Amino acid sequence: MLSRDNWKEIFDTIKKNKLRTFLSGFTVALGIFIFVVLFGFGNGLINTFDDFFGDDATNVFFVFPGKTTKPYKGYKSNRQIEFDNSDLADIEKNFTMFLEYTTPRITRGALVKYNNESNNYTTRAVAPAHQFAEKTIVMKGRFLNQEDIKNKTKYAVIGRLVEKDLFGNKNPIGEYIDIGGSAYMVIGVFQDEGGDNEERYIYIPYTTRQLIEKNTDKIDQIIVGFRPEIGYVGAMAFDKSLDRFIRDKKNISPEDQSGIFIRNVADQLKQNQQFARVLQIIVAFVAFGTIIAGIIGISNIMVFVVKERTKELGIRKALGATPRSVISTILLESVFITTFSGFTGMLAGIGLLSSMGEKLEDFFITNPFIDLGTAIFATFILILFGAIAGYIPAKRAANIKPIVALRDE
Amino acid sequence: MIEIKDLHKSYIMGKNSLHVLKGINFSVQEGELVAIMGSSGSGKSTLLNILGMLDVLDEGSYSLDNVPIKNLNETKAAQYRNKFLGFVFQSFNLINYKTALENVALPLYYQRVGRKERNVKALRYLEQVGLKEWASHLPSELSGGQKQRVAIARAMAAEPKVLLADEPTGALDSKTSYEVMDLIQKINDSGNTILIVTHEPDIANMCKRVVHLKDGVIVEDKKITQVRASQYVK
Repeated sequence: MLSRDNWKEIFDTIKKNKLRTFLSGFTVALGIFIFVVLFGFGNGLINTFDDFFGDDATNVFFVFPGKTTKPYKGYKSNRQIEFDNSDLADIEKNFTMFLEYTTPRITRGALVKYNNESNNYTTRAVAPAHQFAEKTIVMKGRFLNQEDIKNKTKYAVIGRLVEKDLFGNKNPIGEYIDIGGSAYMVIGVFQDEGGDNEERYIYIPYTTRQLIEKNTDKIDQIIVGFRPEIGYVGAMAFDKSLDRFIRDKKNISPEDQSGIFIRNVADQLKQNQQFARVLQIIVAFVAFGTIIAGIIGISNIMVFVVKERTKELGIRKALGATPRSVISTILLESVFITTFSGFTGMLAGIGLLSSMGEKLEDFFITNPFIDLGTAIFATFILILFGAIAGYIPAKRAANIKPIVALRDE
Repeated sequence: MIEIKDLHKSYIMGKNSLHVLKGINFSVQEGELVAIMGSSGSGKSTLLNILGMLDVLDEGSYSLDNVPIKNLNETKAAQYRNKFLGFVFQSFNLINYKTALENVALPLYYQRVGRKERNVKALRYLEQVGLKEWASHLPSELSGGQKQRVAIARAMAAEPKVLLADEPTGALDSKTSYEVMDLIQKINDSGNTILIVTHEPDIANMCKRVVHLKDGVIVEDKKITQVRASQYVK
């Protein structure tokens, strides 16, 4: 059935019936092409969502103080809640089993100078564990450590772009910079995948910041990293009890929406991922629709092809073609065309996707891609159903009496 | 070569059944050139189709070269057609996207003859019908007579026991008809058994035996003196 002679016969037929070949090939190639591109866009959408969250750790709560809106336990409403060092210590003491780390964060803008260069940057006064919460990557030198906190050192870890702005190509490690009027020694340079803004921060020990601000113990924000092992459900439970604990300590009504805020990254990520998954399912559904449309298209063409060839098949049968050889003539031709054009369409689709890269980022599609397995699977499905769709009319044609087929004009 | 006994054939058209062949007894020896004559609707084409295994009989028996032809499935019928029979049709029935040579080689393809041998053989048969120079031409580039000669070469290529021709001159003018008949006579001269369905008396007279069919029965079956077509061909 697959002798060289057979193939020669099939190639001859393909070569001499160009329109037919083009029609069926085009249908299949287009179907696969659209499928690959749509599916790739779906993946690009998910990439975008992942990127939004990819630069930060996901096992993190950000706790912000707010202003109360309800009176509670004798306290008036409209009271500004403030965190201080004791809150940090209490959280650490009460939630040991959930906690991986905690860090405060005090954010201040400051004019920063080095030699003749100066610029405004945001400083974050933090504890060493902050590095894990933001997934800060140290490029040169080191990050803040516990000794710096204890000794209230005037050390600074600067972002990659701060280094670039102030130092150019010069190595900043060991140099002194002026931050808001006091000199800090640069001990490290970091990068962050969160983008340019994230790389314009300057990290200093929170105790140093507190010392400068009249030896206060106030904290802007508390960042709590929990053990990833507790999972999504554990994180939600931790979220709730942390909320209750702080409200209790700070005398905030449990019904007050704005006394404190806990931003639960894990929860947000999960919701957004679910949204992305739903979008991808919709896109995949449309993509499979195109495959179905392709199958219907190829089926129609096969019916047409067999109809067009009825007389020829009659002649072949009169000359001694067996039903089997009639079926294989039609089917091999169709399978060859669908395979060839299917893979052509697939490669064209993959080519388009990979040339796309970041160009569609404005439309929330980042690095669209399709894994080769899915693409090949879809192509095979189309080939398979194309073959089945071709088999039915081919079988019917093979069983037509040659005398009937010969009469066909 | 051909033995037919008490052959019946009806076509069912809706509620009506059309009894086309009503008991045909008929035999052909090897090397005969038989014309089957009859007016339109006499059943002559039906008879030829049954002989050619293009159609099946309802009743009676048919054996070809001592092989009983009955209860054939399509595959078996195809093999028998390929082995025993060559067809020539009124409308030539060449495959229009294949060259003359490829058309002639097609039955050999189904006999699983290798490509080279097939083309050598096909070219030899084309040469016999005088169309060697036209081997690479498509049917659309050939005249009616040339097409029919290609069709005859194709029918002969499989070296069949019997050549069946259904109105082989029906679509040709008389001059070309005589050329084709000349060719058929020459093929018969070399010992091939040939059956021709025709309604033209002058074509029938060029055969060696004429069978008259009327309303599904044989009304006359006689041997005649053959008129040679070569005298009309210049």
